[in-house]
Amino acid sequence: MTRPTPFHSRTSALNEGQRWEDWEGFLAATMYSLDPLVEYNAVRLGCGIFDVSPLHKYEVRGPDAQALLQRMVVRNLAPSRPGRGFYTVWCDDNGKVVDDGGVFHIAENHLRLTSTLPSLEWLIDNSSGFDVTIEDVSEELVGIAIQGPTSRDLLRKLTNVDLSALKFWHCTDADVCDRPTLISRSGYTGDLGFEIFVRPEDAEKIWDSAMALAPDYQMRPCGLVALDMTRIEAGLLQIDTEFISAKQTLFEVQTISPLELGVGWMCKLDGDYFVGRDALREEKANGTSRWKTVGVELDVTYIEKYFSEFAMPLHLPERSWNEAVPIYADEAQEHLIGRGTSGMWSPLLKKYIVIARIPPQYEKLGSRFFIEEVIEAKTFSIPATVVKMPFFDPPRKKA
Amino acid sequence: MGNYDAIIIGAGHNGLVTAGYLARAGRKVLVLERRGLVGGAAVTEEIFPGFKVSSVADGVGYLSPTVRRDFKLDSHVETIDSDMIAFCPQPDGSQLTIHRETAKTVQEIARFSKADADAYPEFIELMQALAGVVGALGHMTPMDLPEVTFGDLRGAVRVLGPGRKLGRKRISELLRILPMPAADILNEYFESGAVKGAIGANSSLGVSFGPQESGTAYTMLNSWALSGNGLFRSAGVVKGGMGALCDAIASAARGFGAEIRTDAAVASISVEDGRAMGVILESGEELIANTVVSNADPRTTFMRLLDPRTLGTKLLQHVANIKYQGSGLRIHLALSALPQFTSLSTASGDDASARLGAPIQIAPSLDYIERAYDCSKFGRFSDSPFLDISIPSILDPSAAPAGQHLMSITAKYGPYELREGNWDTQKKAFADVVLNTLAEYAPDIRNLIQQRHVLSMPDLESIYGLPEGNPNHGEMILNQFFHMRPIPGHARYRTHIDGLYLCGAGCHPGGGVTGVPGHNAAREILKDSKQ
Ligand SMILES: Cc1cc2nc3c(=O)[nH]c(=O)nc-3n(C[C@H](O)[C@H](O)[C@H](O)COP(=O)(O)OP(=O)(O)OC[C@H]3O[C@@H](n4cnc5c(N)ncnc54)[C@H](O)[C@@H]3O)c2cc1C
Repeated sequence: MTRPTPFHSRTSALNEGQRWEDWEGFLAATMYSLDPLVEYNAVRLGCGIFDVSPLHKYEVRGPDAQALLQRMVVRNLAPSRPGRGFYTVWCDDNGKVVDDGGVFHIAENHLRLTSTLPSLEWLIDNSSGFDVTIEDVSEELVGIAIQGPTSRDLLRKLTNVDLSALKFWHCTDADVCDRPTLISRSGYTGDLGFEIFVRPEDAEKIWDSAMALAPDYQMRPCGLVALDMTRIEAGLLQIDTEFISAKQTLFEVQTISPLELGVGWMCKLDGDYFVGRDALREEKANGTSRWKTVGVELDVTYIEKYFSEFAMPLHLPERSWNEAVPIYADEAQEHLIGRGTSGMWSPLLKKYIVIARIPPQYEKLGSRFFIEEVIEAKTFSIPATVVKMPFFDPPRKKA
Repeated sequence: MGNYDAIIIGAGHNGLVTAGYLARAGRKVLVLERRGLVGGAAVTEEIFPGFKVSSVADGVGYLSPTVRRDFKLDSHVETIDSDMIAFCPQPDGSQLTIHRETAKTVQEIARFSKADADAYPEFIELMQALAGVVGALGHMTPMDLPEVTFGDLRGAVRVLGPGRKLGRKRISELLRILPMPAADILNEYFESGAVKGAIGANSSLGVSFGPQESGTAYTMLNSWALSGNGLFRSAGVVKGGMGALCDAIASAARGFGAEIRTDAAVASISVEDGRAMGVILESGEELIANTVVSNADPRTTFMRLLDPRTLGTKLLQHVANIKYQGSGLRIHLALSALPQFTSLSTASGDDASARLGAPIQIAPSLDYIERAYDCSKFGRFSDSPFLDISIPSILDPSAAPAGQHLMSITAKYGPYELREGNWDTQKKAFADVVLNTLAEYAPDIRNLIQQRHVLSMPDLESIYGLPEGNPNHGEMILNQFFHMRPIPGHARYRTHIDGLYLCGAGCHPGGGVTGVPGHNAAREILKDSKQ
C-alpha cells in the first residue's frame, strides 16, 4: 500500500484535486492546484515547497566513510570535507549507471548518501574491507525542498544559521524552528534553493512555520509536475526517463554509461578505483560510447505549420512529457537515430526544449535532426537543433 | 633470493599437488604455508603424546589415481585397506556392516530386509555407473557458461566416454537423480532404515544439511565417484595418519624441484595493473613471481589476500554469497582399550576388531540424520548427533602407544553460529552429548577415555584456516558446483587478475583429499604459460 509521509496531514489538506502518485511507496502530490503551471511559476518567480521525504537516505560513518563512497560513486570526493555536498551518479562494474543522488559530508567520518532507489544492499556489498557502519535512515529523516528566488529570504526567517554563507552544494547543521535539521543548498530545480532534512516528529511544525510565511514570499506547495518541468529546464536527469538503473534491467541495450548520459564531466577516470572505472576508461579510450545526452530545441514554427494543415492554431503541451520519442536524421523518417527522453514547452524561456539521446556524431552544438510529433494522429518531423544544456541556469542558483 | 615462476599460497594437499606438477614441468616453484607443517586439513599431529592423530580429515582413498601415480605415492606411503567400508551399529543392539564384497553385504542386509538385499546389487551397479560420469566431470575444467569455446567442448569429450556407456535411459536417470534428495532415491530402492541410513549418511557427511535436502543425491554420487572402491565411501587408513600422505606428496614435489617454506603466512597478493606480481608475507618479506596460485579458500583469497576495496561489486557479491557453513566437529579420544559395542558382544575378538577397523557410522536411519540436522537449522547442536567414527589404531597400531587406541569422531550437526552461547563454552557440552550417544552403542566408552580433544567450527577456522569450519572451502551443493564453483566466471582456476589462479577445494570439483583441484589447476596454468 502506498503510505503517507509525515507531512501528509498538511499536504493532503492542500491538495485541491487529491492528485497523488506513488514515489518509492509513498504518496506524493502530483500537483496541489488544479493547474500545475501556477506551481511552476512559483518556483521560478517566488518559491515552491516540495515534500521530498521518499528519497532514500543512508548514514555512512567510520574512518573509511569517505573512502567507501569514493569507491562507490563516479565523482571525485577527494576535495570533500565536512559541509560539502555532491550530486553524483554511480555505476556497476560495467560502467553502467545504477542510480543517482547526493553525497553530504556532514562531519568528520560521517557522510550521508541519498538515492532514488533503495541502496542499502549496494552499500553493504561494496563495503568489504572498509571500516564503516551503514545505517538506513530513510524513515528516520524526512525532507522538504524549498526552491526558487525567494527561498533564501523565507528560510532566513526560520533558522539560526547565516544562509548567505552557505554556498551552492554546501550543507550545514541548522536549527529550523528550533528543531535540529541539516540544510543543504541543493535541489532538483536548477534554481536558488535548499533541501532540509528533518526528523519526522518535526515535520508538521516546520511545514506549518514555512507555510505561514508563504504569502510574504509567494511560496506555494508544489507537486511532481512542477518538479519535472523545472528539472528539465535545469537539464537534470530523471531515473526511468533519461536512464534505467542497470540494477533494474537485464538488457544491456537499456543500460547507459555516465559518458553517454551527459555526466561524463563528473567521472574521475584517472583517479582511484571506483566501481565501473575500468569499463569507463575503456569506453573513453576506445570511443565506444553509443550515445550522447544533449539538450535540443524544437523549431516551433514547424509545429505551427503542421497544425495549420488541420486548420488548427498552434497548440503546445501544457506540461512536460517523459516518454521516448523517436528522433530521425531525415525528415522522411527513414533513419532512426535516437530518442527524446523528456521535453516541454518552457513558459519561461518560450522555447520547446527536449532532453535527447543521440549518437555521438550528433553531439555538437548546432547539430540538426528531426523529432517526431504526432498531431491529430498524423506523424510529422519537427526540425531540432542541439543547444546548450542546462536550458535555464540563472546566476542566483550559485550566487 | 631469486624470483619464482610460481608461488603457491598454502601447502594443503592441493597446493602441494599443483606445486609438484608445475615443478615437474620445469617451473621454479615456491610453496608458502602459514602453519608449521604441510598438509592443511590433511595432517597428522601429536595431539596426545604418543598418538598420531589425523586431526581433521582421516578418510583416505579419495586421492586421484593419477596423482598417486604421478607422485609415485604408493612406494612412499602405506595405505592399509579395510575389507569393510562401514560398520553401522543399531539402537536395538543389532548391526549392519557394509563389505567391499557385494555378496557379503547382501547377506548382512537380508537380516534387515529381504527386498533390500535383492535391490542392493542393482542399486550399487546403477550408482557406480552414474558416479562414473560425475567422476569424469571432476577431471574436466568447467566451462565459462554461457560462453562455451571449442576447446571446452574438446575437454567435454572426457565426459562423453562414461556418459555414452550409460546409454540414453541412464543419462536421463542421471539427470533425474542428480538434483534429488538422497533420501528420495534411497526410498525408491530400500525399505530398511538401517540400510538407508548406512548409505545415506555419506550424502550428508561433507555438507551442512540432511539427506532430505535437494542435491544430496549429488553429494552421495560425488563420494561414490571418488571412493575408488565402487562404493559410496572409502575405508582404510594411511600408516602414520593423513600427514604421512601429504608429507609424501611434499617430498615428491621437492623431488620435482619445488621449494616449500612453512611458518610463512602470506599477508597479501601484490597486484599491479590487474596483474599478480607476487606476495607479501606477514613478516613483511616481499616475494616476486610470474604466477601466484592460491590454495587458500576463495573467501580468504578474495577478501583477505586481495584488497576487497579494489574488487568489482559483482565479484564481491558473488564471493559474499558463497555458502560455507561447516557443521561437523572433530573429537579425538585417547582410549585405554578398544570399546565394547553391544552389537558385537557375541562376535569373536578378531571379528569385532575387524569391524571396528572400518568407519563406524552412527546413523541408524535417514530420519535420524535429518533430525540431527533439524537442530542445527535452528541454531542448536544436535541432541542425537550423527557420528562418523574411526579407530585408526586398529589397522595402524603405530597410531597409538601399545595397548591403547585412538578414536576420532566427526560429529554432526553443530551450526557455525550457535543461537545461544558460543562454541568456547558449548563445545564441552556437545562433546558430552556425543559421548552419551556413543555410550548407547558402546556403553563402556566413558571408562576408557584418557584424554579428549574437541575441535569446534571456530577452531577449524582459526587453526586450519577453514572458514566457518567448512571442510570443502565452500559448501558442496549444486549451486556451487561445476561452472559455479567457487563463483561464476572464476571456475576455470583462473581469476579476473592475470597470473592469479586458484587450486584449492573451493574450486571444481571441490573438497576431500582428492588432489583433483590441484591437478586441474596445474594443467590450466601450464596451458596458459605455453601460449
Ligand atoms: C572435519 C573434517 C573432516 C574431513 N574428513 C575428510 C575425510 O575423511 N576424507 C577426505 O577426503 N576429506 C575430508 N575432509 C575434507 C578435506 O580435508 C579437505 O577438503 C581438503 O583437505 C582440502 O584440501 P586443500 O588442499 O584444498 O585445502 P587445505 O587443506 O585447507 O589447505 C589450504 C592451506 O592453505 C594454507 N593457507 C591459508 N591461508 C594462507 C596464507 N595466507 N598463507 C599461507 N598459507 C595459507 C592453510 O594453512 C592450509 O594449509 C574433511 C574436512 C573436515 C573439516
